[in-house]
Amino acid sequence: MSPILESAAGFKFDNVKRNQLLSEKGNAAPRATKTGTTIVGLIFKDGIILGADTRATSGPIVADKNCEKIHYLAPNMYCCGAGTAADTEFTTSMASSQLALHSLNTGREARVATAMTMLKQYLFRYQGHIGAYLVLGGYDVTGPHLYTIHAHGSTDKLPFVTMGSGSLAAMSVFESRWRAGLSREEGIELVKDAIEAGIFNDLGSGSNVDVCVITRNNVEYLRNYVMPNERVEKEQSYKFAPGTTEFIVPKPPATLSGEEEGTAMDVSA
Amino acid sequence: MSIMEYCGAAIVAMVGKDCVAIASDKRLGQQQLTVDMEFQKVFPITERTYIGLSGLATDVKTLHDRLRMRVNLYKHREERVIEPKTFTHLLSHMLYERRFGSYFISPVVAGLDKNNRPYICALDTIGCIDSSSDFVVCGTAATNLYGACESLWEPDLGPEELFETISQTLLSSIDRDAMSGWGAVVHIITPSGVITRDLKSRMD
Repeated sequence: MSPILESAAGFKFDNVKRNQLLSEKGNAAPRATKTGTTIVGLIFKDGIILGADTRATSGPIVADKNCEKIHYLAPNMYCCGAGTAADTEFTTSMASSQLALHSLNTGREARVATAMTMLKQYLFRYQGHIGAYLVLGGYDVTGPHLYTIHAHGSTDKLPFVTMGSGSLAAMSVFESRWRAGLSREEGIELVKDAIEAGIFNDLGSGSNVDVCVITRNNVEYLRNYVMPNERVEKEQSYKFAPGTTEFIVPKPPATLSGEEEGTAMDVSA
Repeated sequence: MSIMEYCGAAIVAMVGKDCVAIASDKRLGQQQLTVDMEFQKVFPITERTYIGLSGLATDVKTLHDRLRMRVNLYKHREERVIEPKTFTHLLSHMLYERRFGSYFISPVVAGLDKNNRPYICALDTIGCIDSSSDFVVCGTAATNLYGACESLWEPDLGPEELFETISQTLLSSIDRDAMSGWGAVVHIITPSGVITRDLKSRMD
């Protein structure tokens, strides 16, 4: 493999030794963006409904007020992600491309169980170091399926699930109100209320509600289905008058030809 | 202390009306000791895409060199200039590749795409993209910048208005961050070209 093109697949570990040395010297490792998160999923009469809040955090700071946590996996499958934001993003996009190749190879629509197995085997291989906590939902030839997948590789198959830091708040709503055979409208309302329970009662979750309804041969992605936390408009403007900031225009960098200003040398005879 | 706070930085990017701005301070430090007052943290990637790199200075240099190589390879292979969004995904994958031994860099990207639409985003050290339609910040003054941006930014600012807003945001934020400051630079990217200005700031 050419060292210049750097096309080797998989993770690179060339910074690990340096980073270990730095942390031994007392320099703490940086904080990754977490999703914080309330994510949920439930089975209703005609399929699956997934829901998510839209807050991403970095420690106590809100890093993104309107991020997308319901990721595309396949035309009949979507996946909510909680935990380390980069891990959920890359794990689901990798699974998505593998599923596309899989259904091209088999000539069939991929099954939800296939996606679940691929994800759990990948996560188990990394022993929990890839911090992706997922709610996987889809509708395939065998019907609707809903799974949770933990970062260490364990999975559950249940009729209603919640994950993330707001999972307790959301589950309390599901436990009191979920029943078999919910209608589409009832299902969306219940998912919305569960996510809102997370948004308002869990500090790691916030902003808006995203909903995704997956039925046989149809997906409805309702981005920002409700926005209960819109910022009120400012009543006055904080625009600065032109000329407020003192500045200079820097000298442009030297040209490649090396031309310089100055008096030309007298070369007349 | 975190290694991300070793050198000090304040970088902010803002969306305006058919323009974007990116600004940074110029200090390079080793904790409390100031080493350089002309340290470049914002780099042009193309004529209309700029990147700001905050974090450990050695990685600022390394990552900028590697990005330059990858963007040049892209230009030769595709025979076109890379778009800011495409570039962001290139960067994101370069960072996530080192998920378990990361560069100590959190970057900010700002640019105009081929339809002159503004694009800004920030990434964390392992490549999670946080795209935004208003402003993004990074560096040791990030918390200060968040506060200033939330109150001073408003939509549809023209290039000159955006310059005043981003400059005042940056200057107020670095006044309350000991690790950053010592001069500042602002780039305003417009469809007709980039305006670069050095700001007069406190030198303490």
